[in-house]
Amino acid sequence: MSMFHRQAGRYVAVFAVDEVRVLRKVATEVVGLLTDGFDHTDPVVGRLFPAVYPQDAPGTAEFRRYTEGDLKTAKIDQAGAILAALPDDAGGEVRLDAEAAEAWLRALNDARLAMGVRLEIKDGTDLGEELDDAVAEDPGSSRVFQLSVYAYLGYLQESLLNALID
Amino acid sequence: MGGMAAPQVVPVETPDTDEVPASDRQWVTIVWDDPVNLMTYVTWVFQKLFGYSRERAEQLMLDVHQKGRAVVSTGARERMEHDASQLHAYGLWATVDRS
Repeated sequence: MSMFHRQAGRYVAVFAVDEVRVLRKVATEVVGLLTDGFDHTDPVVGRLFPAVYPQDAPGTAEFRRYTEGDLKTAKIDQAGAILAALPDDAGGEVRLDAEAAEAWLRALNDARLAMGVRLEIKDGTDLGEELDDAVAEDPGSSRVFQLSVYAYLGYLQESLLNALID
Repeated sequence: MGGMAAPQVVPVETPDTDEVPASDRQWVTIVWDDPVNLMTYVTWVFQKLFGYSRERAEQLMLDVHQKGRAVVSTGARERMEHDASQLHAYGLWATVDRS
C-alpha cells in the first residue's frame, strides 16, 4: 500500500496500477455526482452540501443560492487535482506541491464521505469487522470491494496529512 | 380626536455595546461529529481555516468528537455563513445558529 512522504518540498507516493485505477474511479465518481443529475435528496449530496440552517429551509435555500455554485466548483476542482496528478493507466510516481496536496486531502475526504454514506458507516463502526462479515457473506461482493477502497482512502489521506504536518 | 396624549419619551443613554448591531454579535458556526472525518484531519482544518493553535484546534476537535458538536467561530451572520461554506469545502459538517 502506497504512502506519501515528503521529499524536497514535494509530497511523493508511488502507486501500483490498481491503486491508480481505484483513485481514478473514485475521483471520477465524485465529479459525476456533482455534475450529472445533482440531486439534494441524494443523502451523499446532503452530506457534501449540508443544510446550513437545519431548522430553516428558506434560510438554507438562500445560503445555497449564494454559495453552492462556488462550493460545487471547488469540489469538482479538487477531485480534478487527483485526476490531473495520476499517471495514465499505469503505476507510477505522484508528486504534489503543497497546493495540490491540500486539494488531494479535500478530495480524498469528499470521496470517503460519499462512500461512508453509501456504506452506512456509523460512529463506532469497526471497519475490520465489517470487512470480515462482508467477506464471510460473499468475498466477491461489491460491498467487500467498497469497504476495502474506503479503508484504503483513509490510510492514504492520513499518510498525506502526516507528510504535510511533519 | 380625544384620547390620551402620547407619553413623553425620555431619551435613554445608549450603552456602547449597542453600537454594534445585535445581528453582528449573535451568531455561531457549529461543527458536528460525523463518523468519517479523521480526527487529525479535523484538527488540521481548524488550524488551517481559523489560524488556531494546535492545542486549541485539538481541543475543539475533541469537543466535536466527544460532545457531538462544538462552536468553532462566533460573529456576524455573514461571517459565520462564510466560515460554514469554507468548512463545507473541507467536508466538515457545519451549521450556523444564533448564539
